[in-house]
Amino acid sequence: MTTLNQELDARGLNCPLPILRVKKAITSMAHGQILRVLATDPGSVKDFDSFCKQTGHELVSSEQNGTEYAFLIRKG
Amino acid sequence: MSIIAEVNPSTRLSQDLFQKHGPALDAWFDERFAKKTREYEENKTASLAIIATKGTMDWAYPPFILASTASALGWDVSVFFTFYGLELLKNDLHLEVSPLGNPGMPMKMPFGPKWFKGINWNVPNLVMASVPGFEKMATGMMKQTVKNNGVATIAELREACIEGGVKLVACQMTVDLFGYSHDDFIPEVKDWIGAATFLPIAQKSDVCLFI
Repeated sequence: MTTLNQELDARGLNCPLPILRVKKAITSMAHGQILRVLATDPGSVKDFDSFCKQTGHELVSSEQNGTEYAFLIRKG
Repeated sequence: MSIIAEVNPSTRLSQDLFQKHGPALDAWFDERFAKKTREYEENKTASLAIIATKGTMDWAYPPFILASTASALGWDVSVFFTFYGLELLKNDLHLEVSPLGNPGMPMKMPFGPKWFKGINWNVPNLVMASVPGFEKMATGMMKQTVKNNGVATIAELREACIEGGVKLVACQMTVDLFGYSHDDFIPEVKDWIGAATFLPIAQKSDVCLFI
């Protein structure tokens, strides 16, 4: 099990707010630390994938639980 | 790409050598060129230049969403506000939306049961034009819909742009034309410029959008 360093609740927020919140949260973290993000925006699945590719962070996992999504992002 | 043709004949390498190793040199150059180009592309900071020309609530979204997102992706972003786009930089944001003459805009109620919210009210232009305060009402409903859907407000997105280091620049000519003063605008406006200053910024950008 991966250790979580920080958690961000972006549920109920729509594009581009989840990305903006994650960007803000991840800035204050150290390299290699893991951020867990909860979201309800279906567009966030592709957006977080693209965000991580562009910014050099690693999208460790992307899961769907009903109408909720959970992402693990390792700061690059 | 051939490098043979570009080599000065006075070079120390003899013609013989080129004839013998020409293809190998070409292949070496192509490979190296591709590698260097790839390295350059990977290390380069992407950039976005937006020209924001609209001053209504609906049209305020695209420039601020794209600019704030691009800054979150680590891009270098500049937004040039001109004509009605200047409204988006005012200290007090009073943006409204008009459904008049805009058949693409759904007219739906932001409250009530689901079936009721789903109705698209087909209001004739004549009614929209003659009912006082129709735009105010439409704006109020749009704001409620935005809130219900967890979409950011324009003020929030503008703040995110500022935090993300987006360069907000405004058109000095329009400021004069509309009789505004610099005090009407947020202090984060980085510069008051003209077309001749913005075009070189746009020229160097990977993505340039007119909104």
